[in-house]
Amino acid sequence: MISASDLRLTFGKGTPLENPALRGMSLTVNQGEFVTVIGSNGAGKSTFLNALAGEVLVDSGEIIVDNTDVTKLPTHKRANRVARVFQDPLAGTCEGLSIEENLALAIKRGQRRGLTTAVKKQYMEKFRESLSSLKLGLENRLGDKMGLLSGGQRQAVSLLMASLTPSSILLLDEHTAALDPKTAAFVLELTQKIIEEQKLTALMVTHSMKQALEVGSRTVMLHQGQVVFDIAGQEREGLEVKDLLGLFEKQRGLSVDDDSLLLG
Amino acid sequence: MLSEIAFYGAVETGLIYGLVAFGIYISFRVLDFPDLTVDGSFPLGAAVAAILIINGWNPWIATGAAVLAGMAAGAVTAILNVKLNILNLLASILTMIALYSVNLRVMGRPNVALLTEDTVLTPWYDLGLAYHQVPVVLFILVVIVAFILLWRFMKSETGLAMRATGANARMARAQGIATGGMIILGVALSNGLVGLAGALFAQSQGAADVTMGVGVIVIGLASLIGGEAVITPSSVVRALLACVFGAIIYRLAIAFALNADVLGLQAQDLNLITAVLVTLAIVLPGVRTSVMGKLSRKKA
Ligand SMILES: Nc1ncnc2c1ncn2[C@@H]1O[C@H](COP(=O)(O)OP(=O)(O)OP(=O)(O)O)[C@@H](O)[C@H]1O
Ligand SMILES: [Mg+2]
Repeated sequence: MISASDLRLTFGKGTPLENPALRGMSLTVNQGEFVTVIGSNGAGKSTFLNALAGEVLVDSGEIIVDNTDVTKLPTHKRANRVARVFQDPLAGTCEGLSIEENLALAIKRGQRRGLTTAVKKQYMEKFRESLSSLKLGLENRLGDKMGLLSGGQRQAVSLLMASLTPSSILLLDEHTAALDPKTAAFVLELTQKIIEEQKLTALMVTHSMKQALEVGSRTVMLHQGQVVFDIAGQEREGLEVKDLLGLFEKQRGLSVDDDSLLLG
Repeated sequence: MLSEIAFYGAVETGLIYGLVAFGIYISFRVLDFPDLTVDGSFPLGAAVAAILIINGWNPWIATGAAVLAGMAAGAVTAILNVKLNILNLLASILTMIALYSVNLRVMGRPNVALLTEDTVLTPWYDLGLAYHQVPVVLFILVVIVAFILLWRFMKSETGLAMRATGANARMARAQGIATGGMIILGVALSNGLVGLAGALFAQSQGAADVTMGVGVIVIGLASLIGGEAVITPSSVVRALLACVFGAIIYRLAIAFALNADVLGLQAQDLNLITAVLVTLAIVLPGVRTSVMGKLSRKKA
């Protein structure tokens, strides 16, 4: 279980560019939940995910992951609990390292690293097996440099890397946004499959309201650094994009004129 | 043509610069950390080894102490960068400048002669080799050992974490790697190798001198870049081979150039030539993309 309560974070405090990105953001995600997150540009979605991962430290509030207060921990000390896939397909892997080296880095996520060989023989079967589940033929290219792979292939491998070891939460920040529609659909499908098979707890940011409703078990909308609505279960079933917009207007008492919300 | 003695001399210095190039490979290539500490840690290694040797220490222990001193210098640079957020290049310049004073303090004077002392080379002169071959044989062994250790390290879990730190720090952090710690370890390791090079250089030249570090970084870089042009560094082994061969080729080339009277070059022109060569290597368009990516391109 992961629980964020009353997170506040202001960028550029005390400068003319002061920008309150999180303004009392609270969200609890239960074990096994797959939450989709929507919101307009600048709503604070990425900042929230970065705060959960430790890439930014919040000014106030509390982040609890599996009964441990991680609010003040830097990224690398949370990595044993938090897995993530970035929007940029180049960001989640090292292009200069081989596929097997990237996987070997990931299989040790959040654990001590010693002086034994990183790419161990006993990992190979697991690497091959998980790569072959992608059906991209990568299981025969373990020694190839990551940089030789296409964006979609790299994103698929990033996803594998994030799920190679158990985590308390998997953070996905628009991880299909940089891909062409066909590849995006493939990676999304893969995401669903992995999350379902491994019963992962996940938080996925998307710009597509349609996708947000179709995927996962719960949908949260952020606006100005806060949750404006949070729907799950029966309430969410059969809901359409226009209902979401209505919901947003009702909650906020204002109209949505941001085109980015309507994408997809 | 080169005389045999000049040839062995060039190879001997080339081997020492091979160690320097290993160090520069770790900082510039693995960590993407432009580190100029080298110009101070090279004479530091020489100074520490020399002063301990004239005080009667075993030369190998003195050399080990030089490695530790180099590592400490590197750690200072990295800590200035990681903990105090000083720009990496500037942090290394600060340490380099500070080391000039430290080196004078260590030696108590601008230079220390070792000609009459026992050094790591002394026992090897009894093996029946020609005088000028001895350092080459010993340094080849040292370079081989350093090569193997470094190669194994880069393939280890920690070494892989270090490579990830330099290649993609955000990804490394997300994998639970303490990137700050990796930078400190790597830059320390790098300068430890340079300290070793300085210690061996002092012992083979028979003296340590505060000014002997001037331009070491540029010569080391020239070796690295030259080596990479000959041996594409597509794997760790190839990158390390490039360091050694680059350094030896570079030294031989310099020896030939100085030897050829027609060119009218003198030893004091060395740094200028090196700087020009490194500049050319960085700006030549063909070389830029393949070899020099990391030095000419701004970080994304
Ligand atoms: N490192 C930073 N420094 C300063 N301001 C930042 C930083 N990161 C984000 N912001 C600001 O914080 C606000 C929230 O940004 P954030 O990236 O979280 O939005 P988002 O919901 O992810 O938007 P998008 O849909 O465009 O990705 C924005 O106004 C943004 O400009
Ligand atoms: Mg975002």
